[in-house]
Amino acid sequence: MKVELSWIDYLIMIIYFIFVLGIGWFLRKYMKNANAFLEAGRSIPAWVAGLAFISTNLGALEVMGMTGSGLKYGMLTTHFYLIGAIPAMIFLALFMMPFYYGSKARSVPEFLKLRYDEKTRGLNAILFAVMTILASGISMYALAILMEKVLGWDFNISLWISALIVLAYTYLGGLSSAIYNEVLQFFIIVIGLLPLVILSLKDVGGWSGLKESLAPITPSNFAPDTWTTTWKYSGHATSNPMGVEWFGILFGLGFVLSFGYWCTNFLIVQRAFAAESKSAARKVPLIGALPKMFIPFLIIVPGIIALVLMNDPGKGFVLPTDTGGKPIYDYTIIMLLKQYLPAGVLGLGITALLASFMSGMAGNVSAFNTVWTYDIYQSYIRKRTSDEAADDKHYLNVGRIATIFGVLLSIASAYIASKFGNIMDFLQTIFSMINAPLFAVIFLGMFWKRTTGHAAFTGLLSGFLIALLHHGLTAPAGATTLVKGGWIGVVHTYPVEMAQNFWTAIIAFTVATTVTVVLTFLTKQLKTEGELHGLVYSLTPHEMEEGLKWHQRPAGLAIIVAVICIILSIIFW
Amino acid sequence: MVDIRIPIGLMFTLLGVLITVFGFATNSDADLYQRSLGINVNILMGLIMLAFGLVMLFFARKKKTP
Repeated sequence: MKVELSWIDYLIMIIYFIFVLGIGWFLRKYMKNANAFLEAGRSIPAWVAGLAFISTNLGALEVMGMTGSGLKYGMLTTHFYLIGAIPAMIFLALFMMPFYYGSKARSVPEFLKLRYDEKTRGLNAILFAVMTILASGISMYALAILMEKVLGWDFNISLWISALIVLAYTYLGGLSSAIYNEVLQFFIIVIGLLPLVILSLKDVGGWSGLKESLAPITPSNFAPDTWTTTWKYSGHATSNPMGVEWFGILFGLGFVLSFGYWCTNFLIVQRAFAAESKSAARKVPLIGALPKMFIPFLIIVPGIIALVLMNDPGKGFVLPTDTGGKPIYDYTIIMLLKQYLPAGVLGLGITALLASFMSGMAGNVSAFNTVWTYDIYQSYIRKRTSDEAADDKHYLNVGRIATIFGVLLSIASAYIASKFGNIMDFLQTIFSMINAPLFAVIFLGMFWKRTTGHAAFTGLLSGFLIALLHHGLTAPAGATTLVKGGWIGVVHTYPVEMAQNFWTAIIAFTVATTVTVVLTFLTKQLKTEGELHGLVYSLTPHEMEEGLKWHQRPAGLAIIVAVICIILSIIFW
Repeated sequence: MVDIRIPIGLMFTLLGVLITVFGFATNSDADLYQRSLGINVNILMGLIMLAFGLVMLFFARKKKTP
């Protein structure tokens, strides 16, 4: 399964590294204060922040995982790119960004502090910081193990080198450097993976050839065109490989999971916070949504083609297996690169994978250092003094040190993942449960002025705990480890893990909403209307966008995005 | 602060030239391009990258001179 690289492939990688580091080096002289370092001075143009917005999400685990899901579930995976992303991005842009950006909050936890109180911020900040480090450690581990198994690189060397490059450019240029590099990385990912789609589609005779080849190899309990359709077989959970029916997709993925992720995950939203103006900030998710809808062609379609290759012995395509003999779906993308790409473009494809890793990790690191500096250090360790200039210098240094510690902690968690992979997977599953209740609380806070701090805190905590309980009481069918759930005792079994995830999120969201609403009626609002000005819909004057053409307004752009999303959903129904 | 189109343009122009030249130099190597169904993807992608790099540089330059 080894992939041989030649000098040209290494040369391409080295040129990429030089440019990535060069951007950090060039930006270092602008990093004069904490605001420039941690918030990019709120000066990033909308299109740059928009591409960075989508690039941060396009991390190594996303690329590897989604190609693997293409193989496992077929075009159903595109739900994560259309219904599972676009409505949430439109909502964020049109309805939430005015309050996020207008509040001058520097992070999502800080927004919670402004809207609710200190304890709600503290809870969210700490959970977020831990989750970010875990996520970056796990993706670093996944990348290093891939490089070891497939390219024969030493695990430790690839781990440290990739981490140190990310550290170097985020330390030098802060959030600006992370964002600018994410744009460069976005283009490298797209162009690096482009030859794969072209060649693999040509190999199976185009889209119609793919459909024909899939029909005879589709498992007999599914319709022959299951792998090339999205909604057609979602009438019942047993008629599609994802094991979820339309309600789970629409409400679980399309609403709870997707709004929880896109609208409240600071890692993503931070890119819009860095935009140069409120109207630019509102356009950021919409500009990101345009390429987002086409990424499935780049990573999911080749994954589906891999299923055809696997079933055709003449192609010599074999997916590596784990010790239990099960195919490792996450390796689909790299095996496809090996299958089709000759020296030259192969180096470009490997560089694309490295770039996706770096964009994801830099996102984690730059979100971590901001939350650490402003929401943990500044709130609990050293508060602001009257000397603004000295404070600013101090927090800049704290931000820089947090960057170094963030990377070191990620490296440590990557090593823990290599020793106790199951524990890390488990922790990541647990911490990913904070998003759904967080969305419930922020949503209620923005659109209902009555919502109180005590209610929000309790809602957030109970949503998280109920998610934990649900995960402890249910398991996907055939689960062999307690990591997948059922560690308290199995009360209910889901057909697949995906279904379990959807329902965990739905239950967490429902409980968080109910608890927050009920407690709001039972507790007293401690914030005055003046304090909530600019944070709540009904207490904020609406802005007029006179003099702008319809397509220059966020709402106009949102309509374009929505129409493309609907057209794509119908074409691949 | 800095126009990101300049480094992106420079990198893709450089990589585009490199990969195109490599593509022409290896054009007669049938073994190499057996994987890519006999297509010289290096020339194809090299030219796409070169064009993309130049477009980026063009727009970065255009903005500078009002």
